[in-house]
Amino acid sequence: MTTATNIQPDYNMKVVRQFTLTTILWGIVGMSVGVLIAAQLVWPALNFDTPWLTYSRLRPLHTNAVIFAFGTSALMATSFYVVQRTCQTRLFGGPLASIVFWGWQLVILSAAISLPLGYTTSKEYAELEWPIDLLITVIWVLYATVFFGTMAIRKTSHIYVANWFFGAFILTVAVLHIVNSMAIPVSMSSMKSYSVYAGAVDAMVQWWYGHNAVGFLLTAGFLGMMYYFVPKQANRPVYSYRLSIIHFWALIAVYIWAGPHHLHYTALPDWAQSLGMVMSLILFAPSWGGMINGIMTLSGAWHKLRTDPILRFLVVSLSFYGMSTFEGPMMAIKTVNALSHYTDWTIGHVHSGALGWVAMVSIGSIYHLVPRLFGQQGMYSTALVNLHFWLATVGTVLYIVAMWISGVMQGLMWRAVNADGTLTYTFVESLEKSYPFYALRFLGGVIFLTGMFVMAYNTFKTVTAEEGSIKPQELA
Amino acid sequence: MDFGTFNGLYTLFLIIIFVGLILWAYSKKQKKSFEEMGNSILEDDLDSTQYESTSSEHTGAKK
Repeated sequence: MTTATNIQPDYNMKVVRQFTLTTILWGIVGMSVGVLIAAQLVWPALNFDTPWLTYSRLRPLHTNAVIFAFGTSALMATSFYVVQRTCQTRLFGGPLASIVFWGWQLVILSAAISLPLGYTTSKEYAELEWPIDLLITVIWVLYATVFFGTMAIRKTSHIYVANWFFGAFILTVAVLHIVNSMAIPVSMSSMKSYSVYAGAVDAMVQWWYGHNAVGFLLTAGFLGMMYYFVPKQANRPVYSYRLSIIHFWALIAVYIWAGPHHLHYTALPDWAQSLGMVMSLILFAPSWGGMINGIMTLSGAWHKLRTDPILRFLVVSLSFYGMSTFEGPMMAIKTVNALSHYTDWTIGHVHSGALGWVAMVSIGSIYHLVPRLFGQQGMYSTALVNLHFWLATVGTVLYIVAMWISGVMQGLMWRAVNADGTLTYTFVESLEKSYPFYALRFLGGVIFLTGMFVMAYNTFKTVTAEEGSIKPQELA
Repeated sequence: MDFGTFNGLYTLFLIIIFVGLILWAYSKKQKKSFEEMGNSILEDDLDSTQYESTSSEHTGAKK
């Protein structure tokens, strides 16, 4: 076996390397599209009057690329790495892991072609049409087979908590994807399909899917990352393993109920809206339990933050996680939602989770992984990792602050009424007031994306350096 | 049994399970094995990349 020389030889590290490098590539692609559409909101002429460059087609391309290409590649890389290291055994299924990698790249390419061409189911985060949905199902089942198969042939007596979270993410995403994508094609030769659900039921199924994509893909999966990479990078065991068990069961039991908060004041029955609101509020407890468990892992080792920018990425990601899981339940309260819904506040909330939590915890984990996967003792430049950390942090903060201000402003302008009951402002007036914040958001995005290019350069220099030539460095 | 009664009993059942889980996780008997599980990921010494800061922690020496 030549795939791993520095790590126990019979691990399958080839697929982990592939997913690690594509995580960086798709991160840059997905975030570049994000920056482009942010620019289009400031300068609409940037669609060049070309149908496949319009905001309406690029926006789902951006969300699909960052969630399913960047985020899911990071999850596949780390889950395949963690399940092997903690189960002390090679990935189950031989060539299946490779099929999962190439199959997932095919899914990403199909999305990158079909979305700009205008093929869409119009279901948020589930826009891909039925042939691609079928491909996703096949690849996902293979992914589950490899992951759970590896757990089944483990050499250790117990299953480490990170695998519980990865397992819940893989299983739940399979169920969500299959149920929400149930559709009938117009004909076998047509890309177009219609959902089997209609009306309020369709809306409820969609947001049951949508919120649990947040809860299980963007939360549980990345918590799996947290439970392995934070202790590893800090070289300390997790703060409380017992808390992690309560965290796991409480989180997965409650998350599944929170979806209706996306449908406040719609045709969804009132009781379902209230249920979604209450469950979202309860969700605050397990979310913060998990965050505290991650951050407190550093208790007694805070000084490591001074010298280790990778640990900074991981800890700041947890801070953003704590922030957005406080903000989320708050926004799920109906009266708050009456102000925040359909405004930029929602976009700010999503990006505090997506940039601050998901991207930062992935970036930290990948900086931990790259040297280990390519036979080095550290990244090419720790100073560049630190530069990336500051670019990512400043970019995220600029982005979310801009969206908070413009969101609250929009909410207030839209609800303002004159004494005679007419609206005080037209929609266009609120749009005009939003322009400066759109520009600020664009700037935040550019700064965050710049950090990704720094990461790509640093990774390139690490991967191409002579094996073992890079020594561990600390920040001065 | 009507729907409301069933829902009430089911909720009660889930609460009992959850409280049982907490009692089990925090029982003295399990403490040691959970600590071992938490430490397990740090014990495999196959890592080529031990950061200097961690290996020199106990001696205080800068290598």
